[in-house]
Amino acid sequence: MTGRPDGPVTSPGTRADTGDWGTDEISVLYQGRLALDKITLRAVAGQLTAVVGGDGAGKTTLLRCLAGVLAPASGHVRRPPARQIGYLSAGSGTYPDLTVQENLDFRASAYGLSSVQAREQSGDLLGRAGLDAARDRLAGQLSGGMRQKLGVIAAMLTSPRLLVLDEPTTGVDPVSRSGLWWLIARAAADGCAVVLATTYLDEAERAAAVLALDDGRELAAGTPDQIIAAVPGTLRSVAGRPPGSDEQRAWRRGGRWRVWDPPQPASGAGQPIQPDLQDAVTVAALARELRLAGSLR
Amino acid sequence: MTAAPPATPAAAAAGPLALCDGVSRQFGEFTAVSEVSLAVRAGEIVGLLGANGAGKTTLIRMLLGLLPASAGEVLLFGAPPSRGTRRRIGYLPQGLGLYDDLTPEQNMEFSAAVFGTKRAELPASLRPYAGTPVGSLPLGLQRRVAFAQALSHRPDLLILDEPTSGVDPLGRARLWDTIAGAAAAGAGVLVTTHYMEEAWECTRLVIMADGRVVALGTAPEIVGTAQVTVVATPAWADAFRALEEARMPVALAGRALRVPGAEPAEVQRVLTAAGGAAGQQARVSAAPATLEERFFQLAQPGSETEATG
Repeated sequence: MTGRPDGPVTSPGTRADTGDWGTDEISVLYQGRLALDKITLRAVAGQLTAVVGGDGAGKTTLLRCLAGVLAPASGHVRRPPARQIGYLSAGSGTYPDLTVQENLDFRASAYGLSSVQAREQSGDLLGRAGLDAARDRLAGQLSGGMRQKLGVIAAMLTSPRLLVLDEPTTGVDPVSRSGLWWLIARAAADGCAVVLATTYLDEAERAAAVLALDDGRELAAGTPDQIIAAVPGTLRSVAGRPPGSDEQRAWRRGGRWRVWDPPQPASGAGQPIQPDLQDAVTVAALARELRLAGSLR
Repeated sequence: MTAAPPATPAAAAAGPLALCDGVSRQFGEFTAVSEVSLAVRAGEIVGLLGANGAGKTTLIRMLLGLLPASAGEVLLFGAPPSRGTRRRIGYLPQGLGLYDDLTPEQNMEFSAAVFGTKRAELPASLRPYAGTPVGSLPLGLQRRVAFAQALSHRPDLLILDEPTSGVDPLGRARLWDTIAGAAAAGAGVLVTTHYMEEAWECTRLVIMADGRVVALGTAPEIVGTAQVTVVATPAWADAFRALEEARMPVALAGRALRVPGAEPAEVQRVLTAAGGAAGQQARVSAAPATLEERFFQLAQPGSETEATG
């Protein structure tokens, strides 16, 4: 797995001692359009970084570049050698026709781990993730949440220094999601740099650093607190859909409406509120949309 | 955060659009749904929450008339499910249920022909894509087409299975605006989601675990006074390992840890016993549980039924 067509822009292991991985202004072209536009991401040892955005925002492309599966057209990727990367692609990187145990044994042998070593490594993780009783079941017959947990355990099996997880929790029920989060926290606590893509903002709020993408562009970046503090203008909460020009700066949330007022203009009726991460990312997306439509400078 | 306003008194007074009364469904020895009772009235959004395997899909299939109940009664608009009742339901399945080789317009046409209704117009925002095969549209657009199709015959009851999975927050807010608009126009909505944030958009919630209803009510009613223990510490990794070794259900939130189902004193004891950085610098306190944490407790096997609403 070491002979990948990396090209000159990637440099596996250059800062191996610092555990400071990531991408520097990488761009990716896909079918003649910019799938990623100068995206910078940091992945730090012992820390969780969340990449958020909807379908088509560029999360998968960014994670594929970071994991070394895809080479960017320009920019720089810093990552450890391929054997020290655990990568879970979207839709779970497990083999449906192998059992849970066979999946782990297969992965272990591909990485040169003995199956004894692999069983030691995975035993506790399987138990804590509620998969112990499912060892002999085919991965293809597991529920979505169980399959994702197996995928994360397989990616963690070789004690990677960089763990890259593409939407491990999308479509996963809250009980399985809590098991997944335990695995993710465990990897970070063991000193691994964890990067995870998610569409759930409440999950991103648990991360030490967040990068929000929209249409291949950076929408917001920083710690959740920094992103919240950077929201321009003010936010207010009103009971129903606001009238007039306020409507295009409003969205529904929790049965009420949020209205964003850009800096300067006097704000209308409603109760001022402190934004959270979800509000901050929504404001950023809205501001971008309004700017593209020419109705915001 | 505030719960969605209740349905108008007039709507609440009318008979339910969908009613399950003590409904069970067996598959051989396995009980997928056990004695479930719930009602969806005009103008209300009922959120159906549960882990995979809790019985949500089986319940929905019974409501759609695709699966008969083994026991109990399912009534749609006051009558057992039939082809006639199906016409009054807008259903959005998890897989969206669109034909990839047909364009959005052709999909709408097909759906209208099947329901024997007048063909509805595509929403203005989707018209630029009217002639593109659905399969070559991005997932976000496909979802909006599926939504438009489910609503196209102005159904009295909407059944939406994870309608916003994979959608960004602004897109999600807009889909919820559409759902709330349908409810405000008098439709009843039954919606499943794995995203607890969205539960706050619902008038009422029904939480299922192991085929049974384990909680009913608004989101604040279901959270109630449940609390979790929060550990704030710069040495979170040490604290995490110590709590994990004590087999506590610890979760990471930023640089803090949340421990549902354990008292602060108990958590403090574990951290002190662990010594080192884990014990010295930790601030341990109680905090209100989130809906997700409460859900997690309720979804554990053997949890008590809490009918609060």
